[in-house]
Amino acid sequence: MADKKKVLVIGGGFSGLTAAVETAEAGSEVVLVEKTGFLGGRVAQLNKYFPKLCPPNCGLEINYKRIKNNADITFYTLAEVESISGQEGNFNVTVKLNPRFVNDKCTGCNACNEACPVEMPNEFNYGLDKTKAAHIIHNQAFPFKYVIDGKHCKGTSCAKCVEACKYDAIHLDMKPETITLNVASVVLASGWEPYDITKLDNLGGGNIKNVITNMQMERLASPNGPTSGKILRPSDGKEPKNIAFVQCAGSRDENHLPYCSYICCMASLKQATYLREQYPDSTVRIFYIDIRTPGRYEQFYWKVKDDPGVTLTKGKVARLTEAAGGDVELVVEDVLAGNKITEKYDMVVLAAGMVPSTKAAKIPGEISYTHEGFVVPAFLKKGMFAVGSLKSPVDVAKSVQDATGVAIKTIQSARR
Amino acid sequence: MEKKFGVYICKGCGIGEAIDLEKLRKRVALKGKVPADIIKEHQVLCSPEGLEFIKNDIKEGTNTLILGACSPRVKTNEFDFPGTITERVNLREFVAWTQEPMSAEAQSLADDYMVMGIIKTQKGDLPEPSIQPDLSNAILVVGGGTAGLSAALEAANAGYQVTLVEKEAELGGWGAKLYKETPRQHPFDKLEDPKVFARIKEVEAHQNIKVFKSSVIEKTDGQPGLLDVTIRKNGNSETIKVGSVVMATGWKPYDPSKLEYLGYGKPNVITNVQMEEMAKKGKITRPSDGKEAKKVAFIQCAGSRDANHLPYCSAFCCATSLKQAKYVREKSDDAIAMIFYKDIRTPGQTELFYKNMQNDPGVLLTKAEVTGISDAGNGNLFVEADNTLLGEKIKVEADLVVLATGIVPSTRAPQEYLDGLTEAGKKGDVAKKEYLDNTPKPEFILNLAYKQGPEIPTLEGAYGFADSGFICFQYETRRTGVYAAGCVKQPMTMADATEDAAGAALKAIQCVEHVAKGIAVHPRAWDTTFPDPMMIKCTSCKRCTEECPFSAIEEDAKGTPFYKLNRCRRCGTCMGACPERIVSFKDFSVDMVGSMIKSIEVDEDEFRIIVLACENDAYPALDSAAIKRIKLNPKVRIIPVRCLGSMNLVWVSDAFSRGIDGLILLGCKYGENYQCHFVKGSELANYRFSKVKETLDKLQLESDRCQLLQVAINEYDKLPQMIDDFVTRVEEIGPNPFKEF
Repeated sequence: MADKKKVLVIGGGFSGLTAAVETAEAGSEVVLVEKTGFLGGRVAQLNKYFPKLCPPNCGLEINYKRIKNNADITFYTLAEVESISGQEGNFNVTVKLNPRFVNDKCTGCNACNEACPVEMPNEFNYGLDKTKAAHIIHNQAFPFKYVIDGKHCKGTSCAKCVEACKYDAIHLDMKPETITLNVASVVLASGWEPYDITKLDNLGGGNIKNVITNMQMERLASPNGPTSGKILRPSDGKEPKNIAFVQCAGSRDENHLPYCSYICCMASLKQATYLREQYPDSTVRIFYIDIRTPGRYEQFYWKVKDDPGVTLTKGKVARLTEAAGGDVELVVEDVLAGNKITEKYDMVVLAAGMVPSTKAAKIPGEISYTHEGFVVPAFLKKGMFAVGSLKSPVDVAKSVQDATGVAIKTIQSARR
Repeated sequence: MEKKFGVYICKGCGIGEAIDLEKLRKRVALKGKVPADIIKEHQVLCSPEGLEFIKNDIKEGTNTLILGACSPRVKTNEFDFPGTITERVNLREFVAWTQEPMSAEAQSLADDYMVMGIIKTQKGDLPEPSIQPDLSNAILVVGGGTAGLSAALEAANAGYQVTLVEKEAELGGWGAKLYKETPRQHPFDKLEDPKVFARIKEVEAHQNIKVFKSSVIEKTDGQPGLLDVTIRKNGNSETIKVGSVVMATGWKPYDPSKLEYLGYGKPNVITNVQMEEMAKKGKITRPSDGKEAKKVAFIQCAGSRDANHLPYCSAFCCATSLKQAKYVREKSDDAIAMIFYKDIRTPGQTELFYKNMQNDPGVLLTKAEVTGISDAGNGNLFVEADNTLLGEKIKVEADLVVLATGIVPSTRAPQEYLDGLTEAGKKGDVAKKEYLDNTPKPEFILNLAYKQGPEIPTLEGAYGFADSGFICFQYETRRTGVYAAGCVKQPMTMADATEDAAGAALKAIQCVEHVAKGIAVHPRAWDTTFPDPMMIKCTSCKRCTEECPFSAIEEDAKGTPFYKLNRCRRCGTCMGACPERIVSFKDFSVDMVGSMIKSIEVDEDEFRIIVLACENDAYPALDSAAIKRIKLNPKVRIIPVRCLGSMNLVWVSDAFSRGIDGLILLGCKYGENYQCHFVKGSELANYRFSKVKETLDKLQLESDRCQLLQVAINEYDKLPQMIDDFVTRVEEIGPNPFKEF
């Protein structure tokens, strides 16, 4: 019989972190598993939150501190759940721990990174720059422990990092391990992926250099991003001064994502402020179907709308094509004015939608999904709970509410 | 605890190459007044061997450890020695990674940091939690609507006793007034029966829940774990004891009498609330003649998203009108529904319901600015609109108009009343009395018997919603142990309110559990220290009672302050506020930081600047700059503080009387969108600073030697330059004239 109060949380993004910390602070033991090498998830990639324009790393730092100070939380990174069996009060879970090639002796000194000769696309920055096979994602990463990318590392034949490490922290012969956990309940919090823009043929299908996604925009604006926070267009590093946002890039579209991705309106309005702040002489035009800024977010919408450098136009963008000099030509029908607009922009941002991570990567276990890959909570086994964007697109605030609430469900589960 | 000290210096990560450790040991022994033989070095302190090295000493009785190694933000598992006082001195980030190796400046910096670390442990002690007797772990839920019922059930099902107080005669709130609910499940095409009735049944039958209907809260006194709540029912009062509170008091519809411009007042113009009532009764008919309505127009944002009315979106009205359009269509085949909207807002999967409704040919939707509602004869109405998808100006006839009115949180009226009272109070006693005599007092919710007022303070610019204002921490309210949920907090759907209520119930449970262990609640949810004032020296100046962000300090009949400790979040604002410097925590005190400041070596020829850094954001930002190997000015000495609110002005005189040339406070952004998790830490520090500036000017000590800088955690790239700029300014002013004394 499992420890009645032990809870497994799958996913170390903001939902999973919240579920883990809140559960542990209510007195249960928690195991958190995260598939990447670091906690923080998508939120760690954001420059600022809407509507407060405060940095997400502030809240992450507090949550990391709560983890550091709480003996009841154990977490595993590079961990993938392979199977879940059993029932409430007694789930057996096998977790594959992929090798980090770096052990706990790592001090974070950066010597391995300096020595590493292998460059690879930086996934944390959505491929906007390169990183090395021996790396850490950013300077406030948690755990602050380097990782060696097994796919790109040349292995023992190179081993320059091993030589450089003074602390015996790097072992390139590490093998995957499998651990078995016995837990009373399971929280699914594996989050979301941005919609794959290569599927959006009419919007360039990912082939126009200066058409970027909203998440790429976050990385460009972040001080720890590829351009140290200076927003530059990818093709030539030019300062973009004339920028268009294409809302519902994939969302609210039967051919792509039939649902609304909830965050994109606020995200684009927020990103408009990044641009307008950095380049006071820039102009931003947002093409939307409906502007969706529920609740008090409306105030943020008003603030941005009142900026004379920002124009909002109702219309679904029909086509993006590459124009001369790296510019992007945009075609749209302004539905209120009833005319067709063709305009050139320095850069175009696609407000790409949210896809539940379970669309592509199903969580092993008897879980029902909608056609779009969302978990259907009503059909979850007793003792299993889904949170945040696994159920429907939500913002961070709602994810936090939900993930805090799920902690009480695990307590109830322990009592049954 | 009798302390046995051990000082350990790590040579790894470049520390050994940046600092002459031989010299360091000598200086530290001399200045820290510790025997030279307890100062030890290790190649890699965090390695298993290094940790063993420390643990062997602990076995021999060493219980007070000063570790000169990396930042206290890293290697926390390794350097965790239960039962000891462990002070981490950040030689790696603040010296080795940010200074010229083996320079005199780096050396002196390391000396100062190590000595400050020793002094800190000399002045500190091991904390022991303060646990108060006779604690209650019961939960009070105020409000019996969707959120309140959910919170009560969640807490009760988790094994806690719950008291639910509802002011109406029946439970259920708005949810019980609905005919149907919007679909929440795939394929989002069927209206659902209201779920609230099953929940009411469950609540009323639950052995852990006691329900008070037709009841209000007369008074809430005490502190988390020990809250005495007086409930008034039918003229009788009863006092119960609870541990914490979920406030789920919901909302009221926006007053439609203010919507005359949208035709309200005309017989056949009704609100969405009236539409629910009508649908519940049966047919959709016109109030004027009871005729079945066949052409129903819905006007969205009736009051909402309007600067003259409600400047926010009420979140659920679009889905509600779509649902009511379905009522119209389902109740009569040949009826049509027309929806005039600013934007259709059906976020997330609710979009699928919108899609389904769009596919119904009897539902017409257009974006429009409704300019007026006029009579079309026979009780019919014209909806006049501009900028629509159908053309610029249109006029459409309807036989019934439904206004999608928005929501006003139940907290708004008390907040406005209290704001008015504060304003009147500022004008003097006469104005205050006049206000009290002439202003109708709205229904209060909690009636807290707290020094700082009877309700949870709501945020500036939140229109009365009891929102935390923090994205990451939705339940970080300003009254410890009181957690808002549902539409009293943010406009939200019933599905969202149900989830939110579970979150609030969890926080309420956490609060009683932490109080039982004597641990603070979020954000210092591990902290067992607490403010322990030396009351004999208290002058009853009341600054602490006024400045505490959480109203944790009360005054007795004589005006002497006393703590309601379970309300305290351990930020130290009281410690900063106290002019008598009597408030101390076991590991953080005025004397401790003052002594650290005074220990800094001041040379006549060298500038020395102190940085008091908020440990939540500024300190990690400095660390992050160091990780990027951005040089930090060698003239500054960084001292972390819990919150800038804990900054006591005596530290300023401690610094300047010792010959320190300048002082920087690094804290969070303040103002309307404040980022301080203790509400006003940096703002209070700045206020205190402004006072000290006058004194400095009088002493002919230029007040520019003090500055507060607002920084966010991600501004690490700018921070070193900000500090450099300040140092340059101080250098221009010249050395502190008190240096020579």
